[in-house]
Amino acid sequence: MIKTKGLKKSYKTRQKRQTTSVDAVKGIDLDVAEGEIFGFLGPNGAGKTTTLRMLATLIPLDDGEATIAGANLRTEQAQVRRSIGFVAQGGGTTDDVTAREELILQARMYGLSRTEAATRAAEAIAAFDLTDFADRKCKTYSGGQRRRVDIALGIIHRPQVLFLDEPTTGLDPQSRAHMWDEIRRLRADGMTVFITTHYLDEADALCDRIAIIDHGEVVAEGTPDELKREISGDVVTVGVGELSEKAADVLKDQPFARGVEVRDDGELRLNVDAGDTAIPQIMRALEGAGVTLSTIELHRPTLDDVFLTKTGRSLRD
Amino acid sequence: MKVLRDTGLIFQRHLLLMVRSPLWVFLGIAQPVVYLVLFAPLLKPALQSMGATSMLDAYRVYVPGMLVALAIGGGLYVGFGLLGDLANGVIERSRVTTVSRVALLLGRALRDVVTVMVQSLVITVLSLPFGLITNIGNILLGYAILALISLAAAAISYGIAIKVNNPNVLGQVINNVAQPLMLLSGTLLPLALAPLWLRTIADYNPFNWAVTGMRALYAGNPGDTHVWGSIVFCGAVVIAAVTWSASLFARSVK
Repeated sequence: MIKTKGLKKSYKTRQKRQTTSVDAVKGIDLDVAEGEIFGFLGPNGAGKTTTLRMLATLIPLDDGEATIAGANLRTEQAQVRRSIGFVAQGGGTTDDVTAREELILQARMYGLSRTEAATRAAEAIAAFDLTDFADRKCKTYSGGQRRRVDIALGIIHRPQVLFLDEPTTGLDPQSRAHMWDEIRRLRADGMTVFITTHYLDEADALCDRIAIIDHGEVVAEGTPDELKREISGDVVTVGVGELSEKAADVLKDQPFARGVEVRDDGELRLNVDAGDTAIPQIMRALEGAGVTLSTIELHRPTLDDVFLTKTGRSLRD
Repeated sequence: MKVLRDTGLIFQRHLLLMVRSPLWVFLGIAQPVVYLVLFAPLLKPALQSMGATSMLDAYRVYVPGMLVALAIGGGLYVGFGLLGDLANGVIERSRVTTVSRVALLLGRALRDVVTVMVQSLVITVLSLPFGLITNIGNILLGYAILALISLAAAAISYGIAIKVNNPNVLGQVINNVAQPLMLLSGTLLPLALAPLWLRTIADYNPFNWAVTGMRALYAGNPGDTHVWGSIVFCGAVVIAAVTWSASLFARSVK
């Protein structure tokens, strides 16, 4: 649905009479499949928003190629605009008009007639649960309400791809959960959703696939599970009481075990590729050898561990 | 056709926003009234250099100049309204849609033209008791010139607003453009008092042509070269200003 090759953007800045060029995006290749939630994870200033704004036709590319919903980003801008929706981080509503008026205007800017636009607006108000406040002025809305209006505006023309720039930044936990549900609902309707985020848990819980971006480059790409597995695999700890030495002997010969260690407190620590499939195998192997398990626990690496491995620093810093 | 339709769309939105702001409407109407009331007592002595011997003559010189000043001034300051929309993302939201980029500028600027037209109408009505209006055709032609001036000034102001994108800088830039432009147009101070070099510069100022043309219209001489000349000159300025400004709306804003 979105394919990019060597996407580049640099900005010129003037400092002490010297013009220097800052490479904001240094050649990004992406391949986003239809109907997935794709996450762009990275710290502030990594080039996420710049990439998004290029894909949304807001700023020209310096170099590279991109195709969105079959249309060339350079040569078929009008077609790209018809097939995408874009919601900026700060949204974009006018204080002195109502959500309904904004929705109608937005639909009409895409060329819909007055009556069509009114119908679409009414549908969007119902779908995004805006009924209570749709005829009040936008300046009276809470952060979460405003965000829902922003998303409704972004998809009023039923695009195939929706770009969301930091959709949950500044929202309270409840509005955030609500927003995740809305985004999943859009995916269920067949929409491809491309979000940027600097929240690890959001990338992890919401996105089907993510690309980690740092200093204008993609440093890792895959499903959150793949990425976490790639760096160190999972760790399973097993409690077997007195029989830890025997259990270690049994487990170290198993094909899934990459390392077995008996800790001082008698607990077994196994490095495995995929903990979820290893656990039943561990249990079966130990039962077969007559060892009774008292506890078994899975520790998965987080996306922050991935970021740390790839960039040498933590995203939380 | 799409440009016209989209322009209408943006124009309606901005007209709605203006009507929703009562203070804006009130101040917009109050401004010309204040101009008229405060300046009127000074007129006759001040405008004697331009051949005004009666109060009516003084008004015939002063009112056209003031209308042009309103159109230039009113137009040049509209950029501040755009800064808000640039900051809150409304412009960016529009630029992602398929809406015409020229319409984004023209829809706004035409609302500003309407503002100037309403202000001019207020002045015209207030001038009726002085016997200033003799020929309605001449007055309507004058309004056409005013519309061109305010459209050009608004387009220039929006263009500068996008370029500088900072309210403090914008204020300084606009002041530095507006004051010399008003002076060189002879809107309020008569250029007859000016030294030759200043008058020579003014001869190349389309807005000075407009002021002279407007005065000719109010004096009942629609055939004056300055009348059609100002329409041609101001029309050219409109085309240049709209082209420049619309290209900025189409390009990256940040």
